[in-house]
Amino acid sequence: MSDAGMSDAEDILATAAGWRAAGETVALATVVETWGSSPRPAGSRLAVSASGKLAGSVSGGCIEGAVADAARQTMQSGTPQLLDFGISDERAWEVGLACGGKLKVFVEKLS
Amino acid sequence: MTPEVLAALQAARAAKRPVALLTRLSDGAQRLWPDMDLPGPLAEAARTALRDDAAQNASLEGEAWFVHPHNPPLRLIVVGAVHIAQALVPMAQTVGFAVTVVDPRRAWATADRFPGITLIHEWTDDAMAALAPDSRTAVVTLTHDPKLDDPALDVALKSEAFYVGALGSRRTHAKRLARLTEAGHGEAAMARIHAPVGLNIEAVTAPEIALSILAEVVAARRGAALATRAVPAQAAAAA
Repeated sequence: MSDAGMSDAEDILATAAGWRAAGETVALATVVETWGSSPRPAGSRLAVSASGKLAGSVSGGCIEGAVADAARQTMQSGTPQLLDFGISDERAWEVGLACGGKLKVFVEKLS
Repeated sequence: MTPEVLAALQAARAAKRPVALLTRLSDGAQRLWPDMDLPGPLAEAARTALRDDAAQNASLEGEAWFVHPHNPPLRLIVVGAVHIAQALVPMAQTVGFAVTVVDPRRAWATADRFPGITLIHEWTDDAMAALAPDSRTAVVTLTHDPKLDDPALDVALKSEAFYVGALGSRRTHAKRLARLTEAGHGEAAMARIHAPVGLNIEAVTAPEIALSILAEVVAARRGAALATRAVPAQAAAAA
């Protein structure tokens, strides 16, 4: 498994913390498990703000939209979510996981 | 993530202290290790995650936990505040390295030439000893001057640095190996030196050479075949 320590040269957590400190509502999405040819290793992060800012990534771009939607739900509800993307998942067909991999993404609010 | 966990995580990272963030996936409850005492299986997963620099999935009492290592950045020590270093330093930062430049020649190692970079003006052996390269450190010597490069290489070869590279032609490197042999280094140690430094991409300009060096450092870090070199004939002859 690749490490996220070196691949994430950008410190997404610091970026998200900065938004939060500036008074934004922020959610953080983290890849927690991958199978097959997922482009980003476990530990990769995407930060989303209520005003629409995005930093980082959890895939090559194919599921970012769906994850950002889930992030907005979590910002409102405060409840974390565990998202499952894969070719057996109907929603993944919709968003198009073109890479053919499977992955799980955990979404949490920065409270 | 609670403000307390976020602050503790940020503090550990600011102090360049390895820390693992553990998240229970059912409800988002979080723990930090080694900051908090954890049940055996979680502590073990955290230790493994930090050691291998790779996220882990653990389970405790039927609950799934995500174990996310946060190691301090890899380090790159550049010996020689030369033109190639000016190209290499910002590239290495983009890739995620914490970069230090060592050069006792103050005319070269200036804040103007290396804005925002830690510059060390000590003699290279003292500087390297103080920096204490470890298994998460790469060392590249670029001065082209044996008085500066050799003492740095001497310290680097006695360390666990995951990459040691030295600028200079094959001919220059053969002479260098002869000197290092005299200084007591064996063949195994000297085989660790990547020289001429960088992947062979026929680089010409300073940024191209920097790119070839950084590509080789990454290849070494990731265990790519490209980073493996045959010991050159000159080295065998010199040894």
